[in-house]
Amino acid sequence: MATDSLAEAADHKRYFLTHLGLTERLMERCLGEALSAGGEFADLYFEAVLSTSLSMDEGILKTAAQGISVGCGIRVLSGERTGFAYTDDLSPERLLHAARVAALIANGPQTQRVQGLCEVPSPSLYPIAGVTADAEIADKLQLIERANQAARSFDPRITQVRVSFNDELRRILIAASDGTYASDTQPLARLNVAVIAKDSAAAGNTTSGSSGGGGRVALEFFTGLHGPEHFAREAARTAILQLDAVPAPAGEMPVVLGPGWPGVLLHEAVGHGLEADFNRKKTSAFAGLIGQRVAAPGVTVVDNGRIPGRRGSLNVDDEGNPTQETVLIEDGILRGYLSDKLSARLMKIPNTGSGRRESYQAIPMPRMTNTYMLNGQDDPAEILRSVKRGLYAVNFGGGQVDITNGKFVFSASEAYLIEDGVVTAPVKGATLIGNGPEALQYVSMVGNDLALDEGIGTCGKAGQSVPVGVGMPTVRLDRMTVGGTSH
Amino acid sequence: MSSQAAEALSSTGSSPAPHPELSQLADQAVQRALALGATDAEAVVIQSEEFHVNVRLGQVEQLTESGSRALGLRVFFAVDPHDGSAGCRTASTSTSDLSPHGLSRIIESAVQLARVTGPDPFAGLPEREEFGSHDAASLALYFDDVAAVPAAERINIARRAEAAAMASDPRIQNSSGADFSANTVWRSMINSRGFSAAYRSSYCGISVTPIAQDAGGSMQRDYWYSSARAARLLQSPEEVGHIAAQRALRRLGARRVTTQRCPVVFAPEMARSLMSNLLGAANGDAIYRKSSIFTGRLGEQVAGENITMIDDGTLVLDHGLDGSGRLRAGGFGTSPFDGDGLPTRRSVIVERGILRSLMLNTYSARKLSMQSTAKASRGLAGTPGIGGGNYFLQPGEVTPEEIIAGVPSGLYVLQTMGHGVNLVTGDYSVGASGLWIENGELAFPVEQITIAGNLKEIFCNIAAIGNDLEFRGAGAVPTLRVEGLTVAGS
Repeated sequence: MATDSLAEAADHKRYFLTHLGLTERLMERCLGEALSAGGEFADLYFEAVLSTSLSMDEGILKTAAQGISVGCGIRVLSGERTGFAYTDDLSPERLLHAARVAALIANGPQTQRVQGLCEVPSPSLYPIAGVTADAEIADKLQLIERANQAARSFDPRITQVRVSFNDELRRILIAASDGTYASDTQPLARLNVAVIAKDSAAAGNTTSGSSGGGGRVALEFFTGLHGPEHFAREAARTAILQLDAVPAPAGEMPVVLGPGWPGVLLHEAVGHGLEADFNRKKTSAFAGLIGQRVAAPGVTVVDNGRIPGRRGSLNVDDEGNPTQETVLIEDGILRGYLSDKLSARLMKIPNTGSGRRESYQAIPMPRMTNTYMLNGQDDPAEILRSVKRGLYAVNFGGGQVDITNGKFVFSASEAYLIEDGVVTAPVKGATLIGNGPEALQYVSMVGNDLALDEGIGTCGKAGQSVPVGVGMPTVRLDRMTVGGTSH
Repeated sequence: MSSQAAEALSSTGSSPAPHPELSQLADQAVQRALALGATDAEAVVIQSEEFHVNVRLGQVEQLTESGSRALGLRVFFAVDPHDGSAGCRTASTSTSDLSPHGLSRIIESAVQLARVTGPDPFAGLPEREEFGSHDAASLALYFDDVAAVPAAERINIARRAEAAAMASDPRIQNSSGADFSANTVWRSMINSRGFSAAYRSSYCGISVTPIAQDAGGSMQRDYWYSSARAARLLQSPEEVGHIAAQRALRRLGARRVTTQRCPVVFAPEMARSLMSNLLGAANGDAIYRKSSIFTGRLGEQVAGENITMIDDGTLVLDHGLDGSGRLRAGGFGTSPFDGDGLPTRRSVIVERGILRSLMLNTYSARKLSMQSTAKASRGLAGTPGIGGGNYFLQPGEVTPEEIIAGVPSGLYVLQTMGHGVNLVTGDYSVGASGLWIENGELAFPVEQITIAGNLKEIFCNIAAIGNDLEFRGAGAVPTLRVEGLTVAGS
């Protein structure tokens, strides 16, 4: 095992050295140039991404697109200051020029020397061989075709089906003046099905449904449990269900969240507020709350970048640090933040390997990976039975948070009324709103059915998008505001 | 200006290309795709220069300065009519690697990818006579002063804006910082049907995000911004900082209200977001897929008679007299040609509540047996989507103050959160914060509430439209009062 991973680590780097003609000597020269005006730290982030997108619409494979992006971002840190420049031309002249531009964030004589680059290999959490980027297009087309058929045959009321398969292979190499020298090859794939359903009645309702999944996986992932038929049926089922949905209730009530993707609650309610940059600047509603109760007893939330194959997982973060499992909330008590090199240094806290960036054109910052709540003791059926009148939400669209006042929203796309402990009518989409430092204190029951989402999450922060995962068991919150129209 | 034949444009039209070698690359990509058997091809090249500085508590926190170039290619293979089907196969590729090897790679992969796609009778470039471009210079999209501002001055603009916010009130002791950014983009598009045009554009902007804190330690942040095509058109940094501070301060002490139905007044920024859904519902892609609330409604009443919504890709705003004459600048949604190479135009989408026109690119227009309204949006990769130019709602007569004064009890929305808008069903449910209106006066701040309704009804229930139309971005909508929404709170 150890020898295997060493071989893999070497392989990640080789792409940049052989295909792109980079040398360690050149990297060290660029780092030296980057520190020439007195910066304390510099890093080079080389990235090469190959992305492919296929999409079928109205039964025709209408879209086939491929993109190639290659470049290098050069960053220099000086105190709390970051100087940054990037280039899509990897010639020594352009790299050195970018290093000089970034260097100017500091002004003075050189104070730091470049440490010798030192590579620390790590075992791979995702496949190297058999990734979808290397697969035959015909095999991907077959998955798309199967999803298309399955969605159309689910119900005659399904009128439109769109299926897409997107994958990318992202290669990165990081060299830093502190000696960090890391590389990785990160596959990512996602199959998505979106449908429209229409009631047979002339003036009938029209509704939509979508489902998808994937991860850092090989193509075989989609031939097992997560086959195209599964996603197609889920999308079609949701759309058909919505044809008979009643207006969502409005106001404060008990809410039961189903397992899996509803974990987006954690991402919005606590995850962003615990990113170290906001806490360093004291702009987060969670600033200064370490060691204090922010959730009910029994609630433990972690961010874990090391689950094999998951969409949010990474061998190393975009600063070259290994990812880890970080406990954010333990039995209701706030334990820690998610940090990158800059915030760890300035706040004197451990680096959690959470420095991520959208691309070589963007500056890294603390981000989540896979964020989820651990299992509790309760039987999910018992949790539902405990609610006299409330909402059972099992699937969501996106969410958003204002980290300063802690208010967050997430929008239910599949939800039902609970009446006298029984799940009854499906309701139309509605936004749920809460207050981060308070919401999890209303958790009164935690199920024993932890599930992670199917691999669809993308998180946006300061204009940068990165893939993430979420998860939770079935959870009862005694109070939450549901934004429906039925009052 | 009306559309012209494409051939006439390269000689009379656009501003001189500052990067002739990039246009040559685009042309080469098209020619080589044709040589590999494509029946049509189209290439876009973008070169951009970016500057961004973030200042926090008076110190520079982040400074980015860089440039990038990339090329996008679309290829089309007309299906042999003898094999019984009509239309084209098509694929697209893009790359930031403009080396000869990088170009060869994406040209070849575009050709290979196109083979796996299905023939689509509606795919393909527009017809030759449809192409055209407005004179880029007359659209006033590029101003030298954006690139000319020295770095030290750019940093100072951000610093001044933040300092003004911090000096506004003792309750502002912290900040998420102030940003100044300046971008220039050069864009060229060439296709195998004779279209060739290029233009430059410039953009700069200031934004400030102060944090206000009350005696109890509760924090609120808000922001304000100014953006413009020319540096001399920006609001003063002090003014931007001061407004940002007032916006953060007025949120302090926010509470919740009980669940109720009440009038909701949307401030212009929020009104713009609400009414952009009207263009979303008129999107040709959603219409041909029969997945919009406006499906089958062309020519019918879809909104109140007080609603006239226009999308104009040619808008040039007059900023009055400047030292050297009248200062005119193109809107943020203005461009000489759309993503398919058609001259942009002004379209009345909804006129007095009647759906008059759709947001169409070439593909969706063909699907609906209509003419494109030149709303194609084209990034580098993929097929063109549909995007607006500059959209705006015809303003009314009343002032925003008069609108608020007319509400006995209701909500003045200053921020919405989340993605709870469904254009298939019209269901609308978003998180909100703002100020509560009591007896026609702004009484206290509110937060952690939602507003919900259905867009089909919302568009018909706009009881008042303000006279405060102002273009701060590509879209502009004045203050609106909407009836019949449910506010959910405690």
